[in-house]
Amino acid sequence: MPKLNISSELKGLYAIWYREILVFTREPSRLVGAIIQPLLWLVIFGTGLGSIIEPGSVSGANYQQFLFPGILVMTVLFSSLFFGLYIILDKRIDFLKEVLVAPLNKSTMFFGKALGGSTDGLLQIIILMVLGAIFFGIHFNLLSVILTLVIVILLLIAVTSLGLAIGSIMDSPEGFGLISSFVIFPLFFLSGALFPVTKLPIWLKIIVTINPVSYSVDALRSVILGITSYGLLLDFTVMIAFALLMVIVGTWAFKRIKL
Amino acid sequence: MPLIEIKNLTKKFDDFTAVDSLSFEINEGEIFGLLGPNGAGKTTTLSMLATLLPPTGGDALINGFDVAKHPTQVRRSIGFVFQDPSSDDLLTGRENLYLHALMYGVKPAEIKKKIDEGLKLVDLTDKQNIRMRKYSGGMRRRLELARGFLHSPKILFLDEPTLGLDPQTRENLWVYIKKLSTENKITIILTTHYMEEADKLCDRIAIIDHGKVIALDTPGNFKKSLGGDLVTIKTKNPELDELKHMDYVKQVQFKDGLLNLTVIDAGLHLQKILEKVGKAENVELHSPTLHDVFIKLTGRQMREDSEEGEGGWMTRSVHSGNK
Repeated sequence: MPKLNISSELKGLYAIWYREILVFTREPSRLVGAIIQPLLWLVIFGTGLGSIIEPGSVSGANYQQFLFPGILVMTVLFSSLFFGLYIILDKRIDFLKEVLVAPLNKSTMFFGKALGGSTDGLLQIIILMVLGAIFFGIHFNLLSVILTLVIVILLLIAVTSLGLAIGSIMDSPEGFGLISSFVIFPLFFLSGALFPVTKLPIWLKIIVTINPVSYSVDALRSVILGITSYGLLLDFTVMIAFALLMVIVGTWAFKRIKL
Repeated sequence: MPLIEIKNLTKKFDDFTAVDSLSFEINEGEIFGLLGPNGAGKTTTLSMLATLLPPTGGDALINGFDVAKHPTQVRRSIGFVFQDPSSDDLLTGRENLYLHALMYGVKPAEIKKKIDEGLKLVDLTDKQNIRMRKYSGGMRRRLELARGFLHSPKILFLDEPTLGLDPQTRENLWVYIKKLSTENKITIILTTHYMEEADKLCDRIAIIDHGKVIALDTPGNFKKSLGGDLVTIKTKNPELDELKHMDYVKQVQFKDGLLNLTVIDAGLHLQKILEKVGKAENVELHSPTLHDVFIKLTGRQMREDSEEGEGGWMTRSVHSGNK
């Protein structure tokens, strides 16, 4: 049986993670572009739709505040899933070959990439949290900040793994775009991010209840605004299970990567 | 004990057999060449040895480790320089080397020293902090060569190391490769379709075509096997029987108006030969090269001028504007 050298695997993990960070910081357009979209949603959609929604009808918060957790989730979805796209580009510029020929376990390579992508997303979320506190009246205390970060990290890991899984299997960025439409949009729109779940017709309620992302939205709303439909305990259970499942799927797909 | 043992190594892609039951051994300290035209199966073979591609059949032992059973150990023993660029454009040369050192577990105390040495060997010390996006093709190949042996592997795989480079850069790369072998004592396997490269660098060469090893020997023996100099004469009616009876004429081939002779000491005997040929439109004479060996073994020319590398399944790079 081959020996598993933990310290060298960790060093390799660090190297792969570090490369993602370096690449991310060298393309500031990525960061800026990633922030603009959620901000636009919050400002335009939040203000626009918020003007026709009666204050208090969305469980006691104004609409922009109600929307805020959903915006965080949307940011995670977009940044993490598109991170998987970069695997395809890696294949094309063939940097991936250099990683694959290194003496590391495939799982280590996967975790390095997943953590790298998650760190990118986390940076975006932190910036949004700061902006939310300054401009949109979102109140944070120490506990809610910590819990928010934990919830976000769980979702980041889950969706980054999913994105990597898709990226490992697909061959071209064009095909990837198609999958993203069929994955990101349903996950987001059917998660209760934009509207409260309680007043929905039965068929929609069922879909939202099956969607694991709904629980992240609910958890964030619970922690930031004090409103919850499912309860934090159920939320955390689903989030952890979702993350674990996606990591397993992602590792499986990554091991089958075809150059 | 040979450092690399390959037995019946085979790779099939659906119906197509890219590598057909290869068997040979490579000894420590050698520079070993896989010489063959595009599509012969060289890159595929190398990829299997580097555990990038699972074999369909057969075994390969690299430094005592089986490529199928202990791939991580195999990868620890080797370095690989790819045919297509495989470094990160957004990072500097030095950063690419640093990441490599981390992934291969180079001891932290030695990382700086090894990077500096590597850069020095390939003359990139003053370019190390420039982003690789700005490197020329030759510079990139040199950096990747330095990266390949950064972790002091026992074996270095070079896949078409001078493909697409200008003559000056090729010469420089050959010097670096020779240095790696003699000074750093690394065993090197390279694939190439350039005869001159195989002749200049390799201690032994395996000539590969259609996924099979056709012949394996030292360049010197290969050329000797031809038995003499080659004389090619463009003519219509040579006296073939007379030529065949001459002592110093070892081989006679006449086809489509071209007379190919293998002659011992052709320069000395050319006059007598021409007397038996009659009207000659063109005469060429040269000492045997690997190209002649290849023609003799396969009956056809090997096109050297082609710029494209082989290994279609691997070459998926679309070179968008940032190269």
